[in-house]
Amino acid sequence: MATTVHEPPKIEPRRSPQLGHTGNGGFGNLVPNDGKLPAVEDYAPPPSRTGIWVALAAITMSFAAFTSALIVRQGAAPDWHHLTLPNILFWNTLVLLASSVTLEFARRRVAGFMGGPRTEELSPARWLHVTAVLGVVFVAGQYIAWLQLRSHGLYLATNPNSSFFYLLTALHGLHVLGGLTGLTYVIHKLNRVVLRRSTLDSFSYYWHFMGILWVYLLLLLWMRL
Amino acid sequence: MHDMSAHAAAHHGPPTSFIRKNIFSLDHKVIGKQYYGLGLAAVIIGMVLSWIMRIHLGWTNYAIPGLHLLSKTGAPGDVMTPEYYMQVMTMHATFMVFFVLTVVPFAAFGNFFIPIHTGAEDMPFPHFNMMSFWTTFVAFCVMLLSFFVGDGPTLGGWTQYAPLSALGPVAGPGEGSGVIIWATSIAIFCVGQLFGALNFIPNILDLRCKGMSMWRLPLPTWAWFITSCMGLTSFSVLMPACILLILDHVAGTSFFVASNLVINDQLQPHSGGSTLLWQHLFWFFGHPEVYIAIVPGMGIVSHVLITNMRKPMLSHRVMVYSMGALAVLSYMVYGHHMFVSGMNPFSSLLFSFPTLMITIPSTVIVLIWIGSLYGAKIRINPASLFALGFISLFITGGISGFFLAQPSIQILLHATYFVVAHFHFTMAIAAIFGIFSGTYFWFPKMWGRMMNDTLGKIHFWLTFIGVYAIFMPMHYLGLAGNVRRYQAFVVDYMQPLVGVHQFITIAALFTGAVQLIFIYNFIHSRFRGEPAPDNPWQGTSLEWSIPSPPPHDNFGGKHVVVYHDPYQYGVKSSTGDYVMQDSPEQVNTINEEP
Repeated sequence: MATTVHEPPKIEPRRSPQLGHTGNGGFGNLVPNDGKLPAVEDYAPPPSRTGIWVALAAITMSFAAFTSALIVRQGAAPDWHHLTLPNILFWNTLVLLASSVTLEFARRRVAGFMGGPRTEELSPARWLHVTAVLGVVFVAGQYIAWLQLRSHGLYLATNPNSSFFYLLTALHGLHVLGGLTGLTYVIHKLNRVVLRRSTLDSFSYYWHFMGILWVYLLLLLWMRL
Repeated sequence: MHDMSAHAAAHHGPPTSFIRKNIFSLDHKVIGKQYYGLGLAAVIIGMVLSWIMRIHLGWTNYAIPGLHLLSKTGAPGDVMTPEYYMQVMTMHATFMVFFVLTVVPFAAFGNFFIPIHTGAEDMPFPHFNMMSFWTTFVAFCVMLLSFFVGDGPTLGGWTQYAPLSALGPVAGPGEGSGVIIWATSIAIFCVGQLFGALNFIPNILDLRCKGMSMWRLPLPTWAWFITSCMGLTSFSVLMPACILLILDHVAGTSFFVASNLVINDQLQPHSGGSTLLWQHLFWFFGHPEVYIAIVPGMGIVSHVLITNMRKPMLSHRVMVYSMGALAVLSYMVYGHHMFVSGMNPFSSLLFSFPTLMITIPSTVIVLIWIGSLYGAKIRINPASLFALGFISLFITGGISGFFLAQPSIQILLHATYFVVAHFHFTMAIAAIFGIFSGTYFWFPKMWGRMMNDTLGKIHFWLTFIGVYAIFMPMHYLGLAGNVRRYQAFVVDYMQPLVGVHQFITIAALFTGAVQLIFIYNFIHSRFRGEPAPDNPWQGTSLEWSIPSPPPHDNFGGKHVVVYHDPYQYGVKSSTGDYVMQDSPEQVNTINEEP
C-alpha cells in the first residue's frame, strides 16, 4: 500500500498567555488592576484531563464501597467458603497489562507522527488496534473464567464468595468495555486526523487505571475469597 | 491557538431546530432551566404526597376524595391503609431529597451559572451535560412508575433499611417490584449526577477566564465546586449499595439479609448477610447528601445577601474554608444516624465527636452572615427576605442538631418527630428558602423578566410563618415520645398529641396553598413580567455583565478579563457603590489583592 501522508491534525500544544485568554490555573496569576498582563505563563490543563480524574475518583469510590461490602460480608457469617480462582485470570492479567504497554507505544508514536512525516508505518493506529484486540481478549478471558466457575457449579447466588467474584469481575469487565468504546472513539478521531493529545492522554489514564484496578481486584479476590 | 472554552463553543454553534434548542439542548442554560422544571414538578408531587400524609395523621379514617384513583389496594374507599401511608411517606421523601433538594440548588442553578461565573462560554462537555439532565429525567420517570406497577411503591422509607428492603414481596406491599424500581431509579440518578460533576469540576478548575483566579470566584460557584466533589464521592457509594440491593432481590444473593429470618411465618431463604452493611453504605452517602442539599443554598444565600447588603462578607476565605470543612467532615459523621442500630456503642463516641465538630464550621458560616449583616442597610426584596429566612431556619434546625449529636440524648429522640423537625428545618425548608431566594434573585437573568415584588413578599411572610407553624411543634411531639413513620397514634400515650398533629396538618395545607402565589407569580412573570435590565440588582459578578437572558455563548464572543474580587461593594466608582468584576476601572477597593 502506498504511504499516505495526512494533514497535520489539530493537536493543541501547550498554551501561552499572549494568544488570547487562557484559564488561570494557579495562584498569583491575577490580572492586576492596572491591566498589565503578568509575565508568567499561565496554563490550565485541558478539561478532559480533569474530567477523567473526576471519573476515576468516582470509580475508585464505587470499588471502595464494594470492597468494604466484601469485608463486612465476610465477617458477618461463617458461610464464607474458599474459592479457588481460575488460572485463566492470571493470563488475563498479563493480557491487560500488555495492552497498557501497547497503549504507551501508541502514545509515544503520536508525538513523532504528528511532528514529523506522517506516514502510515509511523502511525500510532496500529498500536491502538493491538490495544483494542488485547482488551477484547481480556474480556473474553474473563468470560471463560466465568464459564469455568459455572462448570464447577458456582453461580452468582451459590455462596457469598461466588457472588462477589461475579460481581467484581463483571463490573470491572463492564468498565473495560466502556474503555473499549472510548478507544473506538480515539481510533475514529485518529483516522480523521483530528485527534487531540488531551483526548488520547485522558483515554490512556482511564485504560491504565483499569489495569491497576484489575490488579487490585485480583489481589483482593485472591486474598479474601 | 485558542482556549478550551472556545473549543466548547466550536462544538456547538447556536442551535437552529426546535428539538436542539429546547429539548436535546447542549446549552448549559437550557439544561439548567430543564433541571429547574424537573425540580418544580418533583416538589409539587412531594408536597401533594405530604398533604395526603398529614391529612391521614390528623384524621386517620378520613376518606380523602379521589385517593382510590392513585391506588385501589392502598386506599380502598379513599381511606389510606397503614401500608400505603408508609409507601406515600417513602415517595414523599425520595422525590424531595433526590429530585428537589439535589436537583434545584445544585444542578439547576449550578448548570446555569457556573460557566457564566467562570467566564466560560459553556460547560466543557456539553453532550455529557445534556445526558446528565436526561438521565436524571429517566430516573424521575422510573420512580414515578413505581406508583403504577404491582402493588405500588416501596414502603421502607427513603433510607430503605435492610432487611425490610431486601426481602422481596413477602415483606409487604411494594417490597417486590417497588424496591427494584426504587433502586434502579436511584442508580440511574447517581449516574446522572456523576455526569453533572464531570462537567462542573473541570469547568471551575480549567475554564476560568483571564484574571479569574479561584479566589475571585463568587461564593455560589465555590459552593457548587465543593458540592460537586461531595456528590462525586458519595453518589458513587450509593450506586453500589443499590446494585447489591437489586441483586438481593433478583439474583438470590444475600448481601443484606441474615440467616433464619421468619417473615409472615415463612422462613426466608437468605443467609449470612449483614443488615448493618446497608446502613453503613447508605449513610456514608446519606450524610454528605444532606450537605449536598444545603451547601449550594449557603452559597446562593451569601451571594444574595452580599448584593443586597452592598458590602462583602466579613471574610470571603473563611466562608470558603468553612464550606470545605463541612464537606470533609460530612464523611466522618455518618454513624450518628446509627447510634441505636446495634453497632458497637463505642463507635457512637467516634461519630458523636466529629458531629459536634461539624457544628463549628456551620456556626462560623452563620456567624459570618450575622456579623456581616450587623450595621448593613439591607435592601428588602423577596430574594433577600428568603435569604434571611434561610439563616433563621438553618439556625433553628442546627440547634436541634446539637441535641441529636449526643448518643445519650439520641437514644430517647431517635426516630421521633424531634428528628423530623431537625432535618426539615436544616435541610428541607432551609434549602427550599435557598431555592426561592435564588429564584427571585436570578429570575431576571434566566428569563429576562422581573418577578412581582409585592407577591414575592407576601409569599415570603406567609411561607415563613407557615413552615414554623408546621415544624416547630414537632420538637415538642418528639420530646413527648411521638414516634416517626407511624401512620396513626393508637397507643394511649400518643393520643393527647393528635390535636397537635391536626394543627400541623392545617398549617401544612395552608402553607401549601400559599405556594400558589409563587406559582402564579412565576408563570405570570415568565410571560408578562417587565423586561429585565442587564443588572437589576447592581451586582458585581459576571452574570450581571451580560444581557438578560444571556446570548447563546454567554459573553457574545467577548474575551472576558476579570480585574476584581467578586464582591467589591461599598466602593466609589463610576457605576455607583460597586465595581463589576470585569471592569478595568481603577478604584479604591476593599481588601483586594493587587
